[in-house]
Amino acid sequence: MQTETRQPLLKISGLEKRFELDKGYLETLKFRKGRIVSERREVHAVNGVSLAVERGEALCIVGESGCGKSTVARLVAGLLKPSAGQIHYDGQRTDNLSRKALAPVRKKMQMIFQNPYASLNPRMTIQQALEEPVRFHNPRLSRAELKDQVAEVMRSVGVDPSWGYRYPHEFSGGQRQRIAIARSLTVDPEFVIADEPISALDVSIQAQVLNLMLKAKAVRGLTYLFITHDLSVVQHFGTRVAVLYLGSLCELADTATLFSAPKHPYTKALLSAVPQLSDERPNHIRLKGEIPTPINLPKGCPFQSRCAYATSRCSAERPEAIPQSDGSLVACHAVEEGRLD
Amino acid sequence: MSAQTSTTARRSSFWQSNFVYSFRKSPVAIVSMIVFALIALAALFAPWIAPVDPYDQALFDIMDSELPPVWQTYGDPRFLFGTDPQGRDMLSAILYGTRLSLLIGVCAVAVQAFLGISIGLIAGYIGGRLDSLLMRMADIQLSFSTLMVAIIFLAVSQAIFGSDTFNKYAIFMLIVVIGVAEWPQYARTVRACVLAEKKKEYVDSARVLGFGPLRIMVRHILPNALSPIFVISTVQVANAIISEASLSFLGLGMPPSQPSLGLLISSGFDYIFSGSWWITTIPGVVLVVLVLVINLLGDWMRDVLNPRLYKGDK
Repeated sequence: MQTETRQPLLKISGLEKRFELDKGYLETLKFRKGRIVSERREVHAVNGVSLAVERGEALCIVGESGCGKSTVARLVAGLLKPSAGQIHYDGQRTDNLSRKALAPVRKKMQMIFQNPYASLNPRMTIQQALEEPVRFHNPRLSRAELKDQVAEVMRSVGVDPSWGYRYPHEFSGGQRQRIAIARSLTVDPEFVIADEPISALDVSIQAQVLNLMLKAKAVRGLTYLFITHDLSVVQHFGTRVAVLYLGSLCELADTATLFSAPKHPYTKALLSAVPQLSDERPNHIRLKGEIPTPINLPKGCPFQSRCAYATSRCSAERPEAIPQSDGSLVACHAVEEGRLD
Repeated sequence: MSAQTSTTARRSSFWQSNFVYSFRKSPVAIVSMIVFALIALAALFAPWIAPVDPYDQALFDIMDSELPPVWQTYGDPRFLFGTDPQGRDMLSAILYGTRLSLLIGVCAVAVQAFLGISIGLIAGYIGGRLDSLLMRMADIQLSFSTLMVAIIFLAVSQAIFGSDTFNKYAIFMLIVVIGVAEWPQYARTVRACVLAEKKKEYVDSARVLGFGPLRIMVRHILPNALSPIFVISTVQVANAIISEASLSFLGLGMPPSQPSLGLLISSGFDYIFSGSWWITTIPGVVLVVLVLVINLLGDWMRDVLNPRLYKGDK
């Protein structure tokens, strides 16, 4: 029983997601070299990602556009079904559950979306929007209890409960995002997936929303899976960081370790691109080459086409994530072989 | 993005004030609304307004037959719009006929809307094979003209049930047949809306909260698809009234004892060349005006509720 409590809150193993490009038989027919062939193309959005989120931490997933960050979030939230791999939440496998069987997990796992202009139903007042999930998950709650609970959550995100009769379009982006956060908090979750929650907001509002999320984490004991492309946010927010490239995990490390001693060549390039006030002459690592399309993934390391250290092994063999001495996981042949400084 | 969401007048009072504002700015809409309200009220209160009950044959006097409207020579002040060959007061018949036409039009559209919205929501939300199946059904339904389906159905049921039973239930038959024949109009519009709304994050957010498909479809997506539904509803009411009139004109609609507008037009047709023009023309004018104002209102509503059209210049 003692070991039971030590298990991670969320465990993803070998997660894969492929999206079909050609739907239906007619679309699979292609004209190639004078012949008609049937060919089914797929976008490989996530390729064998394995990671674990411990209770009480804020795991950040970073990476450039199109690297599968959001897809991972949506897979974990159950909005998409994985093509392969497993997702375990609190020891229970969730990726193959029906909607009804998933209901108890839904109460504990919530999601905050990127665009606060689209994530609130425009035809519902915020009071309705906030009450609906509470009533849905606790049908026996009395009217007064319901109101109290909603008002409490509204106050905790800095939204005056007397604004409840208003509609989302009457609020600013930051206010809407706080309302969206409030909505996910109404069901009292323990795990929150945040899919770039601040990237659609003004810089002045970003810190406000981030601090609100940190406050909620401290007060409610939340665990976060935080998707972002903003490394300075990661430094402020995350306890651990996972770097994704083209749907594969490059490096997973504690925030401090990752920022002080990045190991994967991609992480190094990524970190060197963060603007620093102290740098007079920034020493950016310029990546050459193109990102391969996720439709035809290269064999071997996904980063090989842009990596300065790529060898023949990199183009033949896919690197595994290997634990390092400082506790980080790195998927790179060059690191494994000690070829990097 | 933000301009779109904030100008797409969403909050009901704002929405209504915008609605009311553009209504006041549109003389066509005001006139149409007044005319429509007059006709609808007259139809609604027909039993109190009509000088006589046109369904009670005992009240007709054959000596009053084919009297012209009052403003013509030989017009009788008792009969404002003249009488038909049985001595029935045309004004009363038109009032009751309009009432029937409107009733059938509105009820048939309610049937259409119910079928079409349900099917459209399911097809759009669930998608996949079911969507293809339902939409092919809609295509097949649309490839038959409404009138053809209605004529075949009504003629066959008239033959099977006999005239008496048919006449008794004619009104329900008309409502059902016009309702069923036109559901694809709704289903297609609703499906298109659902496909657009389904991609928005508030639907994902509802799914993450664990809501079921029915709740998401009805409480989240449908309210956001209402504007186009309003617009096609007006057009469809006008169409249903025309369909009913056409069917009655062909003798497949209401029985002669309970004439609708279409049947009045048709019954006067035999007398039009003998000089009794009013029996056909006056119900005809009422029908045309009714359908015209409903269509004009629908046009105006489409302009107002379509954000793309009204966002740019106001």
